[in-house]
Amino acid sequence: MNKSSKLINWQPDRSKYPELDENGKAIIDLSSQKFIKTWQGPNHPGVTGNMSLELTISGDEVVEAKTHVGYLHRGFEKLMERRLYIQCFPTCVRMCVPEADSNEYVLAAGIEELDNIEVPEMALWLRTLVLEMARLQVLLRTVPGQASTLSLGLGGQWGMYLRDLILDRFEELTGGRIYHMFIIPGGVRGNLPSGFKDRMEENLKLIDDFIIRIEDLIFTNSVFNKRTIGVGVIDPKWVSQYGIVGPNARAAGFKRDVRKDYPYLKYNELDYDVYTRTDSDIYGRSQVRKNDLIQTVDLIRQILAKMPEKGDLRAKTPNVMHWKVPKGETYQRSESSRGEYGLYLVSDGSKYPRRANLRGPSYTHAVSLLERMLINSNISDTHAIMVSLQTCPPEIER
Amino acid sequence: MGLKELVTPFTAWKNVIKDPVTVKDPFNDRPGAERYRGFHKNDVEECIGCGTCEDICENEAIDLVPVEGIETKDGDSGLRPRLDYGRCCWCALCVDVCTTGSLTLSNEYTWVSEDPEDFRYTPGTDKKEWDDNERGWKKPEGGYEFYARERVAMPELHAEDRDKSFIEFVTGYSKQQAEEEADRCVECGICTATCPAHMGIPEYIKAIRNDDLEEGLRILYETNPLPEICGRICTHKCETVCSMGHRGDPISIRWLKRYIADQNPSEKYKEILNQGNVENNGKKVAIIGSGPSGLSAAYYLALTGYDCTIYEKLPQAGGMMRYGIPEYRLPYDQIDKDIDYILSLGVKIKYNVNIGTDFTLEQLGKDYDAVFSGTGLHLGRSTRIPGSDNENVYFATDLLREIALEDDIPVEKKIVVIGGGNVAMDITRSLARLQNIKYGKVDITATSLESEDIMPADREEVVEAREEKAIVDPGWGPKEIEIKDGKVKGLRVVKCLSVFDEKGAFSPKFDENNKKFFEADMVVESIGQGMDTGYLTEEIKSQLEFGPRGRIIVDEYFQSGLNWLFVGGDIIQGPDVIHGIANGHRAAVGIDLFLNK
Repeated sequence: MNKSSKLINWQPDRSKYPELDENGKAIIDLSSQKFIKTWQGPNHPGVTGNMSLELTISGDEVVEAKTHVGYLHRGFEKLMERRLYIQCFPTCVRMCVPEADSNEYVLAAGIEELDNIEVPEMALWLRTLVLEMARLQVLLRTVPGQASTLSLGLGGQWGMYLRDLILDRFEELTGGRIYHMFIIPGGVRGNLPSGFKDRMEENLKLIDDFIIRIEDLIFTNSVFNKRTIGVGVIDPKWVSQYGIVGPNARAAGFKRDVRKDYPYLKYNELDYDVYTRTDSDIYGRSQVRKNDLIQTVDLIRQILAKMPEKGDLRAKTPNVMHWKVPKGETYQRSESSRGEYGLYLVSDGSKYPRRANLRGPSYTHAVSLLERMLINSNISDTHAIMVSLQTCPPEIER
Repeated sequence: MGLKELVTPFTAWKNVIKDPVTVKDPFNDRPGAERYRGFHKNDVEECIGCGTCEDICENEAIDLVPVEGIETKDGDSGLRPRLDYGRCCWCALCVDVCTTGSLTLSNEYTWVSEDPEDFRYTPGTDKKEWDDNERGWKKPEGGYEFYARERVAMPELHAEDRDKSFIEFVTGYSKQQAEEEADRCVECGICTATCPAHMGIPEYIKAIRNDDLEEGLRILYETNPLPEICGRICTHKCETVCSMGHRGDPISIRWLKRYIADQNPSEKYKEILNQGNVENNGKKVAIIGSGPSGLSAAYYLALTGYDCTIYEKLPQAGGMMRYGIPEYRLPYDQIDKDIDYILSLGVKIKYNVNIGTDFTLEQLGKDYDAVFSGTGLHLGRSTRIPGSDNENVYFATDLLREIALEDDIPVEKKIVVIGGGNVAMDITRSLARLQNIKYGKVDITATSLESEDIMPADREEVVEAREEKAIVDPGWGPKEIEIKDGKVKGLRVVKCLSVFDEKGAFSPKFDENNKKFFEADMVVESIGQGMDTGYLTEEIKSQLEFGPRGRIIVDEYFQSGLNWLFVGGDIIQGPDVIHGIANGHRAAVGIDLFLNK
């Protein structure tokens, strides 16, 4: 190895600090002046949402990490207990902001399950479409967003523009851009506007092109590869221990996808495979998400081709002003872009839910898993690792 | 890592020569989508201020407030929704739940103002530039409803099963039907404001939903001691104004009331209503007439501890409810159920007593601490056309009374009824039944001055009369009853063009060339009723004030110029049962205030 390549491949000697105790845990003595405590977030452009990481570093190495939430001051689950079921519909949307449709779906599905309501065929197709569109707009931001954490922002800008086009489609279909409030208990709130399919196809073509462009820009990029391959590895042993789901689990070789494992809506009638990898590092997870993006574009094309032209939008339900959902409990799940997204709903037979508990994947990904993964990582990689888990603080703090 | 990974990313430079994709002037170049949920609009003329939008709003962003230029009236609370954009989340549930469809959203989404107070506004009243914007969110179509728009049909006997007897033909809701119908209510309370008795309608409908019919009965008796009766024959002004009626059928409020009363057995009333023992306060009140107003006054006075005695001219209690309404609409056992409960509270009743001949009103005034008179409208009014003085020309009220008294009444083969109100329909359908029983066929024609669209009778009455093979031929003005050899030959009519003038005053106009002749052996006049005030002596009359059409003028508590005399019911307001009940209740409050001064 010549001198210059030695310089490029230089790795610091991390054998000395920190010292480990008999359990293998770092002995951190702040008064020794060998450690620095630093906060990443909550006001930090690199942090996803309202969350902060309390990092203890030794040199440029993270030796201890702690996730802090509590900046949102919310309590939606509690608020829902004092709201009519129909009023929970606009409330629950806000639990995960970037992908609000999963919230709507699990709430609607929970109520429908407990009250034995059969949703019309047309509404099922529209729901499937909306959930896939939601995945699409998230992935358009997340896939190039991974490169943005490593200071390659160009792909992120391309993705943001295309995401806006999908939000335009959302706007004409649902009347809203971020909070669509479309999947209402009992059905959906509107049919496809005329010309929607054509405009969607135009957007999908741009996205096809975009995928080729980011392949060149990001995935065929020495800097990106250098900083992501072998970095932020999730040990496959952890997957079951931590309850890791979605792309994070798929990149570790697990075929976990609620759409396949517990089929819901119209996913049974769609043709697709679950893409997995085994490298389980940031690069691997990025590849899984890129493939999800390709798959979602294909699924939307399939849905638009297969769905009926017209049909009932909403099942007959009791009057929403005093809708009493029969006593019972249910757990409803859907595959969000981040993985299994579930709602545990308990009804005591009154007009208000007794308990609504949302289980978002970030609860484990951003807290226990991230805290473990950051140890021994380089401080400059913390954003990349966090973003590669696709953490979403609002679903931690419900 | 090869050269490819170092070079390929630089291909992105080719984008430098591409056109930018940004919108240069988004405020003007980019309107919201057709369905965009932007700022609120409200058609204030269409809106009735029912407040359902306020109820559904999870953020409490909507308040119903009084606005200038909108008057409170029957069917309109006079309030309009005011939006607080510090709270609104633009979910548009208010639009989807709106009972009239007046509330919509525009697709406008930019609004700049320095004054935060601006963002609290009343759409439609506070003029905004997006008021005329046709685009934006509207209630979705295609089977998307937050509540059922059609009412649950009331089961009825078929015409052929009912037209030969006086059996009750409306069979009443089942539990499932009643709960389904009760579910449609949005609890706006527009009905309560309009009901003369201000019954707690949304509350008792809620009791049906909760399957708590005992609570329902308690709510009914708070304002109405005749629920079985009102549940069958009330003129249901509540349903006329029901907010659900704007886009669909109004709630069947009357039938739901009947359902509560029907399901509670009379022997449990006292226990349910907890009215076992009322302490007597030692004061006595006389009540003239056992119609709805008299019974209502007696009920509420008895509950307050007054010793009430009702004086009734006829052999049974109920007044017009028994002697004016046919049994097929209001069976006698149901009248008895309500009345017997009132009598069980210690109310005394004296039958076959005629005030004016058996007792004088002055004597009652001396013997009792207060007197309530609800003597009703029992006299028929005549058209006074030539021939109307013939012996084969009858008044509907007289015939209906005689049917109830089980007297023989004349039933000819061909009958014509003059009148288009509910009483006209009652006598038409009663006589049709009697013709059917006597001759095996129906030949009766009801004709009214009013054309079909403005006939005062309830629509279902007209429909049902036709089902029972009676002919209803409205829009004709009676000119002459043709008499030959002292016998009725028929009724001559001319086409009536309009009944009211531009100011709404009664001033019928006829087309004298468009004539018709209804053959008949018997004519019944049913064009309204008058009161019999024979029991008021000259001396009492001199102390009372009279308004138009001889109506006694009373104050808000139905107290007349003579302070011990309270007057109510059809002779003051109405004519209908629910006004009578409301008057009786109010007069009972007035008597209590008067006697405890």
